[in-house]
Amino acid sequence: MRLADLSFDTYRDRLAGRGVVLQTGPFSIEIKSVIPAVVDSVWQLYRDYPCFEDNSFADFHIDIRQPNLFRRWFRPQVNFFFDDYAPFQPLPLNDAFPLLEWGMNWCVANFAHRYLMIHAAVCEKNGRAVIMPAPPGSGKSTLCAALVLRGWRLLSDELTLIDLQHQVAVPVPRPVSLKNESIDVIKHFEPKAYINRSFEDTNKGTIAHMRVATESVDRANECAAPAWVVLPQFKQGSSSQLVKKNRARSFMWLAENSFNYSVLGKEGFEGVAQLIDNCDCYQFTYSELDDAIAIFDKLAEQT
Amino acid sequence: MNDIDNCTLLVSVLRNPEKVSSLSLSQWDLLLRHARESRMLSRLAYEVYQYSDLENIPEKVQMHLDSAITFAKRQRQVVKWEVRRITEALHELDMPMVILKGGAYVMADLPAALGRVFTDIDILVPKENIEAVEQGLFAAGWVTTHLDKYDQRYYRQWMHELPPMLHHQRKSILDVHHNILPETSKAVPDARLLLNDIKPLDGAGKRYVLSPADMIIHSATHLFYDGEFDHGLRDLLDMHDLITAFKTEEKFWQQLLTRASQLNLGRPLFYALKHVKRLYHTDVPDNVLQSLKQGAANSVVLSLMNRIFSLALRPPHSSCRTISSAMARQFLYVRAHYLRMPLHLLLPHLVRKALRSDDK
Repeated sequence: MRLADLSFDTYRDRLAGRGVVLQTGPFSIEIKSVIPAVVDSVWQLYRDYPCFEDNSFADFHIDIRQPNLFRRWFRPQVNFFFDDYAPFQPLPLNDAFPLLEWGMNWCVANFAHRYLMIHAAVCEKNGRAVIMPAPPGSGKSTLCAALVLRGWRLLSDELTLIDLQHQVAVPVPRPVSLKNESIDVIKHFEPKAYINRSFEDTNKGTIAHMRVATESVDRANECAAPAWVVLPQFKQGSSSQLVKKNRARSFMWLAENSFNYSVLGKEGFEGVAQLIDNCDCYQFTYSELDDAIAIFDKLAEQT
Repeated sequence: MNDIDNCTLLVSVLRNPEKVSSLSLSQWDLLLRHARESRMLSRLAYEVYQYSDLENIPEKVQMHLDSAITFAKRQRQVVKWEVRRITEALHELDMPMVILKGGAYVMADLPAALGRVFTDIDILVPKENIEAVEQGLFAAGWVTTHLDKYDQRYYRQWMHELPPMLHHQRKSILDVHHNILPETSKAVPDARLLLNDIKPLDGAGKRYVLSPADMIIHSATHLFYDGEFDHGLRDLLDMHDLITAFKTEEKFWQQLLTRASQLNLGRPLFYALKHVKRLYHTDVPDNVLQSLKQGAANSVVLSLMNRIFSLALRPPHSSCRTISSAMARQFLYVRAHYLRMPLHLLLPHLVRKALRSDDK
């Protein structure tokens, strides 16, 4: 059953009561909230996601709620509860939905050490995956959004999960988080894309989330073998340039951007080494999305 | 395990990990949450994997258990590595450095170290060396926290430890103690007694742990004189493991009793033995409990306190919270403050904290 198979009223009552359990990749997440921005955004962005009738088990139990009764009217706040525990300081109520998304990332990053976790976007075409580790501001999410709007399958825009034993990327498809100028860039690039309302003045600027294609959600159980590691860099006015990089440097990109490289110890080191051995590594500078996609498509067609 | 109520699920499984085959999926869900909130998920994972067949553990549960074991293994490594750094930082000081609690269990390779997770490392040093220790640590990258003047004075004048020290690069936290209870506490023991009985970890003659009896008494004092019951079940399991490991030593129980009376900490030891026996079925002889009970408070107070501890010693999870358990915790929190300081110091301190709570 998908979330959209529930009536909106049933969905809203469940979110306010026992919680709604959604499946994203290997994780089932129980979400509770009565905050309107969360109710509406989850409904819009997660409509295609598998949703369980049975609440008996969830990997993560999340509640997005206002922590303090006394501040319900005066500068109202919101907090993320992982079970009964609030790992973050409260934020302004306006940030409720972005907080849910950050919170879900936090759950995975802290409790999924079965995988090597890299702060990177990962997309697939023709059975092969490209991993894009990059610091914020490098245009990673924008490029990722554009790729998935042009036929690439989204595995994740933030959290690359690698099953080290099988050397495959495990999908956790979730809405693509767009920041600041990227929001309009993607709206122009593909007017048909569904982009949720913007949340302004969050501590990461303005944020809006793009809905993921149904196909990416439906194929969330299909892993993909990484074939490329690409470090994207948006540079105003530049032409698109794909430059091959040496493996040692690329190893460090992955290790530095990993959430749990050190937690995995020796297994992490050997796993990343193997991963890099299986990939071609590039640095990619771009300013035009159409150009960028042509180059990525060409990569995907090589045998 | 259909006959088990929610709040005893975790301890029941820890006592009989082979019985998980009868757990329903919703019991597994609750068990993982209780274990995680009690900081015992890694330990639970080790126990369940050791005593139960893989096919009895649902695949989605295994994901969490595997993750917790990976994390605990890394923590064990990190603790050993941090202790080496601390040893190096204090190398030039001519004094024993005693590693306390979880760090000690890991360094001494005790069963209580299995799946133990940490938020900080605790050491005990002689009080006369405390300034030199702070300087040595500072030179090696640890900086003091709680920069507020009042907080500094609170720690330095009244407490049994320096303000927590944070390593500026690794962000690891180190608590440097010179006693196991605050100076202002009525029950504060003579720290020299503890230091006189420490056991070396290695031949180098620098790193030590407390003697077996003191280790148990310290853990008991820490839990039953402190208001923090969130990790109460974990601390009690530590004590269960310590007792199980040490009880085979000759005259163990006699030494434990003698020591508790020397340190004047028979009362927290009594509570600890009582509850470790109740929850983990630890093999504590009745005559030991009887003998401690005689030295403790009157029986009305004791039975009331035991009732309150029983309410507080539950997984810190909303599924186990009742009005009475919340009141029990609140009471123990207030009691802990009262045990830390006499009222003429405590009241101004609490007023000050209350006035400040907004601008954190």
